[in-house]
Amino acid sequence: MASKGNMGKVYLEEKSKEIRRECLNMVMRAQSGHLAPALSCADIITALFFEVMNIDPANPKDENRDRFILSAGHKCLALYAALAKRGFFPEETFKTYVQFKSILGGHPDGLKIPGVEISTGSLGHGLPIGIGMALAARYLKRNYRTYVLLGDGEIHEGSIWEAASAACHYKLDNIIGIIDHNKLCADGPIDEVMSIRPLNKRWEAFGWSVIEIDGHNMDDIVSALKRVPLSKDKPTMIIANTIKGKGVSCMENKFDWHSKVPTAEQAKEAFKELA
Amino acid sequence: MYKKSECLFESRFPALEYVLEEVVNENKKIIALTADISSRIVPRFVVNHPDRFFNFGIAEQNMFGAAAGFASAGLIPFAMTLSVFVTMRACEQIRTDIAYTNSNVKIIATGGGLAYGKLGSTHMGIEDISLMRSIPNMTIIVPADSVETTHAIREAVRFNGPVFIRFGQKENPIVHVNGLQKEFVIGKAIKLRSGNDISFIATGVMVSKAIEACNELKKLGIYASVYSFHTIKPLDKEAVLDAADSKYGLITLEDNNVNGGLGGAVAEVLGSEKPRPVKRIGIPDLYPVIGSPEELYKEYNMDVSAIVRTSMEMTKQDIG
Ligand SMILES: Cc1ncc(C[n+]2csc(CCOP(=O)(O)OP(=O)(O)O)c2C)c(N)n1
Repeated sequence: MASKGNMGKVYLEEKSKEIRRECLNMVMRAQSGHLAPALSCADIITALFFEVMNIDPANPKDENRDRFILSAGHKCLALYAALAKRGFFPEETFKTYVQFKSILGGHPDGLKIPGVEISTGSLGHGLPIGIGMALAARYLKRNYRTYVLLGDGEIHEGSIWEAASAACHYKLDNIIGIIDHNKLCADGPIDEVMSIRPLNKRWEAFGWSVIEIDGHNMDDIVSALKRVPLSKDKPTMIIANTIKGKGVSCMENKFDWHSKVPTAEQAKEAFKELA
Repeated sequence: MYKKSECLFESRFPALEYVLEEVVNENKKIIALTADISSRIVPRFVVNHPDRFFNFGIAEQNMFGAAAGFASAGLIPFAMTLSVFVTMRACEQIRTDIAYTNSNVKIIATGGGLAYGKLGSTHMGIEDISLMRSIPNMTIIVPADSVETTHAIREAVRFNGPVFIRFGQKENPIVHVNGLQKEFVIGKAIKLRSGNDISFIATGVMVSKAIEACNELKKLGIYASVYSFHTIKPLDKEAVLDAADSKYGLITLEDNNVNGGLGGAVAEVLGSEKPRPVKRIGIPDLYPVIGSPEELYKEYNMDVSAIVRTSMEMTKQDIG
């Protein structure tokens, strides 16, 4: 089993840039994809896959592996890039993204892609599945942790709050939720579409320990992920403040970039910014 | 969302957007509901009628429950999101809160069938027609093109009760090039071509493919009738029985699971009233691979050449 790393900030920041460039590459080649949502969570995914999680590309189904669920499945470009760069499948596969019969579709498929735990893309499914994985760990006396990455718009879904109750009820301190809190969803700013305030207090009221971090600061991300669970017998929610489209200035914080593809000109600029 | 003056998006459904604008201006009871997806369907509605637009965020069950509540007060809600989330996430709200109560809710479902083939299984609306067909009181309309869309929306407003109107990823190629030759009536199929050998009973995006196949077959001396079954429920039994008079049999065509949709409905009628050979062209009972709609239509024998092939096979096995 590959042990948890201690890779250092510079290495991780380089990795996340590499991952961002790969996301952009895939989108430009395919002329489709949710780029801005992936850029938003690229740093968090980098920290998980290259530093924090107990995973082994040579043995992706090891029963003691940490589990990662990308509940907001549309952010999958970042996950694909991280998985391949971590050795779960060859990087040439990037070229097949959304092409006929590819394993890499517009949402991650757990049946096809090595390292993907479960198919997601319909928002609101990941946390309930994670609760089951975390309960299973306790039942089977295994030490793995379950990490669930959520969109902030995604937590509009009622199923998320059903899972939130269950995690508290069953005192699951082996599940860690991470909200990619970029304050935007597809139709606009979350505050205008459907408010989720007060975000921290809602999770606290549901019995979770909550910690708020800068989701683009590697030290912040890694130290938070290494501190969990914050309290014994309680699930942890990490609220990561992020920027949708982070790293590409024309996209940052603009909701209409949700699934838009950059022009060739914009992409050229973007590659420069991500160099 | 957007400031009144600006609209950041182009709708993928300009005809739908156009006709909604018309009916909304005529009928003050109409409102629009969405679940964080309006920018892809009716972006102008949001700009033009902010007071008649309600975004529920990514919460489809809540939206459809609320639609029933709006309808109970005499309003006509158009509730819209992707077909998978309409028909599965909110299925029980639709069945119990809307259909059982016969609520006057109009459901706009986009991304039906293989339209979102590149997005993977989570987004493919491959069983939506079958699911809706099993719900009593539900009317199901699948427009073949933007001409049928404009009529369907107007008729849905006139009709009192739940209507499920299903679209693909964008508007389909125009079938009714010279407009409708006949009145658009919910529950009445439109006959587009007449031929005595085979009958094509098609719906939605498959209607234009059926017409193309019909043109190809003519060159081979095989004559097909083509019907647009824009309404799948209630099914136009009369048209099915009329189509059954063809020499070799019927072919149903739908961008939906071959089980439980249009093909199933037609086979049910024929089985009890007029047994005839039926071939069902549609999505096989599986989770499709990744691909563009056209790649997937080919892969699953739903493209024009597959329709021609299937027709040729049918005309060979003359059962008299
Ligand atoms: C159940 C469900 N409803 C709607 C969608 C369509 N959809 C995909 S992404 C998205 C917005 C997601 O917003 P958020 O969770 O905040 O993620 P981000 O803004 O970071 O992309 C929507 C509505 C979906 N995938 N699943």
